[in-house]
Amino acid sequence: MSSLASPPNPTALGRQPSQPLLWLRRLRPGVALAGALVAFLLLATLVPALLTGKDPYAVDLSATLQAPSLEHIMGTDQSGRDLYARVIYGARESLLIGLGATALSMALAIALGVAAGLGNRWVDGIVSRGLEVMFAFPVLLLALLFVAVFGPSAATEILAVGIGTAPGYARMVRGQVLAVRDSGYVEAARALGHPYGSIVRRHIFPNAMRPLVVMFTLGVGQSIVWASGIAFLGLGVPPPAPEWGALLNAGRPYVTQAWWLEVMPGLVIVLFSLSLTTLGRHIQQRLEGGISR
Amino acid sequence: MSSVAQTPAALGAPGLRQEPLPPAGASADARARRWRFAKRIGGRLLGALFVLWAAATFTFFVQTLLPGNRAQLILNQQSSQQQTYTAAELAPVEAKYGFDEPIMQQYLDYLGGLVHGDLGTSYQQHLPVLDIISEQVGPTLVLTVTALVLAWAMALATILFTSRRRRLVSSAGSGWEIFSAGLPYYWLGVILLVVFAIELQIFPVQGGTGVVGLVLPALTLAIPLAGFLGQVTRDEFEKVLDEPFVTSARARGMGDFQVRLRHVLRHAVLPAVTLSGWALGALISGAVIVETVFARPGIGNMIVTAATARDVPLVSGVVMLVAFVYVVANILVDLAYAVIDPRLRA
Repeated sequence: MSSLASPPNPTALGRQPSQPLLWLRRLRPGVALAGALVAFLLLATLVPALLTGKDPYAVDLSATLQAPSLEHIMGTDQSGRDLYARVIYGARESLLIGLGATALSMALAIALGVAAGLGNRWVDGIVSRGLEVMFAFPVLLLALLFVAVFGPSAATEILAVGIGTAPGYARMVRGQVLAVRDSGYVEAARALGHPYGSIVRRHIFPNAMRPLVVMFTLGVGQSIVWASGIAFLGLGVPPPAPEWGALLNAGRPYVTQAWWLEVMPGLVIVLFSLSLTTLGRHIQQRLEGGISR
Repeated sequence: MSSVAQTPAALGAPGLRQEPLPPAGASADARARRWRFAKRIGGRLLGALFVLWAAATFTFFVQTLLPGNRAQLILNQQSSQQQTYTAAELAPVEAKYGFDEPIMQQYLDYLGGLVHGDLGTSYQQHLPVLDIISEQVGPTLVLTVTALVLAWAMALATILFTSRRRRLVSSAGSGWEIFSAGLPYYWLGVILLVVFAIELQIFPVQGGTGVVGLVLPALTLAIPLAGFLGQVTRDEFEKVLDEPFVTSARARGMGDFQVRLRHVLRHAVLPAVTLSGWALGALISGAVIVETVFARPGIGNMIVTAATARDVPLVSGVVMLVAFVYVVANILVDLAYAVIDPRLRA
């Protein structure tokens, strides 16, 4: 995340250009904490063994359903497997599902939103109506329909979350394209006689797409929350994969005796999503050139 | 949805008198305005029909994507075995469900059935989907409506008491809204369950459908929604607080709380009312999870079982019903809008 936060604050440029790590001191504690958590989980996706010495699949029947302690900081499950190790090893699949779903959603949103924003009245009308139809399918119900037809799998989760969250983003993209299309600088470019294709390529597209960076960051967190919800219902990646939603589903029968099996993976999901939201808002403020509060 | 329509309307009319009253003798004008309003509603109804038709088409063609032989799947579900049947054994099932007909004929039959309220026949229970749904719909309806009312009450209370107050109070209010709007239903539900049902034992773990059993599920659904509605309303609320008519109301000597309740709120709820139609989808998604967390009977619990058993007609029946409710709710929201803001009737 450091590369995103590193461009120095424009107000600082004139005064102290040569001070290294200035951005680090200017970082707000909330943003720093969020960045640290995201970095930690990214590390977990790449080299999970670095963050835990335990095997996520190692069954230990002498230590089943143990409450969190120094030995097992998130407790153990019904087979005595260390929950913290399972969360760490599950990060990769959870994150990939979140990224895949968000990428699918964004691709759909950009295609539909740009078509509606740049197309004529008819194209806009058809796409907008189509979006209304998509809004009538809540994410989770779409997922249930897909699971009933295609069976539960990571691909089904990605497909359902990707399609289910696309119309909201598509509406935003359309609004953005319309705003940029009618802006002063596009009008100026048109008056200067630039060809339409190059105006779209050089002015409309880059400017309309900029807010998507933020939307993507927020979207990954949202997608993970949705996908975990699907998996929580037992309709996601089949066990014994330690994917976060699958952990939630596996812990369900034991909730009256072992709260940590549900609370801990859920806490990781919530904190991760919250961190991505915080980072997304931070990037947004930077991009808009606003003064960070 | 009635709560959405009535709460702001019940606040009394004087909030929106800042524009000049129509001149006398404007009855022709009024008639033209009513005509335009009727035309807009008519357009909305046509649009709604289109959305329903497209949703039905999508649902039908997704069903046909079911891999493998559907008759075989049905027979296997009946006997709960995995075996291959001969064509002679499959023929009666195919005839019963109409799989032997050409796909376009099946599609037209499906659409025709929907018009008559026939959502198909469950693969597993061999009952009309509509019968199964109407048997289960009661508890879910109670849950979602309670949650919607609760969410509005919580959101409005937070807004009225915390927006534009002392720095600490207002940032606590908006911070809570951001945090609670991001809470996943499954996590919030488990936390409430562990704290209030398992540790403190105030509420039953499996509440059934009684009033006591409704408290935790409804709270689980309402808290994130309240955060969401609150976020949207707060932005608008703070904008309206700067409007000249607010200053003029204060100048007339109206108390701060009265100004907020009677003048500001009525304007500020508009965006959130629009989103209540959308929120219905979120509520139904949420109900699926909440009913699973609290082992509460209802549509949500049933549809999860159906999806696991790959009972496609039952799942798509619920999906179609939700699309229908969504469309109707959005028309009602449109009407509610016109009730709250008379300017839109023009």
